[in-house]
Amino acid sequence: MKRPLLAYCLGLIVLLALPYFVARGADFSGADGIAQEALTKQGYTPWVEPLFNPPPEVASGLFAFQAALGGLALGFFLGRRARK
Amino acid sequence: MHIMDGYLPLPHALAWTVVAAPFVVHSFGQVRRLQEKEPEKRLLLSAMGGYMFILTALKIPSVTGSCSHPTGTGLGALLIHPRVMPALGTVVLLFQAILLAHGGLTTLGANIFSMAVVGPWVAWGLYRALRKLNLPQEAAIIAAVALGDLATYVVSSFQLALAFPGSLLRFLGIFALTQVPIALAEGLLAVLLIEVLKKHFSQELKVLEALQ
Repeated sequence: MKRPLLAYCLGLIVLLALPYFVARGADFSGADGIAQEALTKQGYTPWVEPLFNPPPEVASGLFAFQAALGGLALGFFLGRRARK
Repeated sequence: MHIMDGYLPLPHALAWTVVAAPFVVHSFGQVRRLQEKEPEKRLLLSAMGGYMFILTALKIPSVTGSCSHPTGTGLGALLIHPRVMPALGTVVLLFQAILLAHGGLTTLGANIFSMAVVGPWVAWGLYRALRKLNLPQEAAIIAAVALGDLATYVVSSFQLALAFPGSLLRFLGIFALTQVPIALAEGLLAVLLIEVLKKHFSQELKVLEALQ
């Protein structure tokens, strides 16, 4: 691998791992949830609720499904072109 | 992380829907044009949509102790054009709003504007500017993609601060600050993916040379 590419890979790994050291013990909840909490605390009541709100376990599966669909589209393109 | 359903007051939600609508309509027209006039780019378009689907599904921890996800819009903006991104962004955001209670239908307009309009144009504009300044291509890609990602969350913070005056710094802290390492990671990932593409997709990547 070209040297700068190796550096990018390492940089990527460091960036992904860093939070566990810098913010040790944090619960890493979603930024949107934190904003939500901040607004509810100052007295704001949302005027609609999501129609369908999957429980966390189901949501994680649906997020995986979303990523899988993306992988399918990306992989199809790469595979199809690489074959030519 | 998109603005949650119901967390923009109705007038704001409506206003952002009106703002985003023309971009979306225009973008779907651009996608259709691309399919007719440049059918060779259809695969790349679906690949960029797929890339966005993957990246927006990945919630990544940040140094702030919370987590957020990258946007995946910068790469498509550079390799195709920012004009096609609102169409792809609408599909992604609708999927998440309907199936995942992530973002929402009432905040769809605001979220499309931040993620699929501002982010891609910032990435594209910045890449061109940096290349004009003779910055090496890889550095320009990293900076453009990272700042396009970050810009999305700066806009989200402004959108919320407009609705809830006096809270801009707070929202910037929640959304934009959290996004900094994630945005940089997305920049690095974009360069790595482009490197993978170089072998078989030199045709598609020529646009990166031309763009400045």
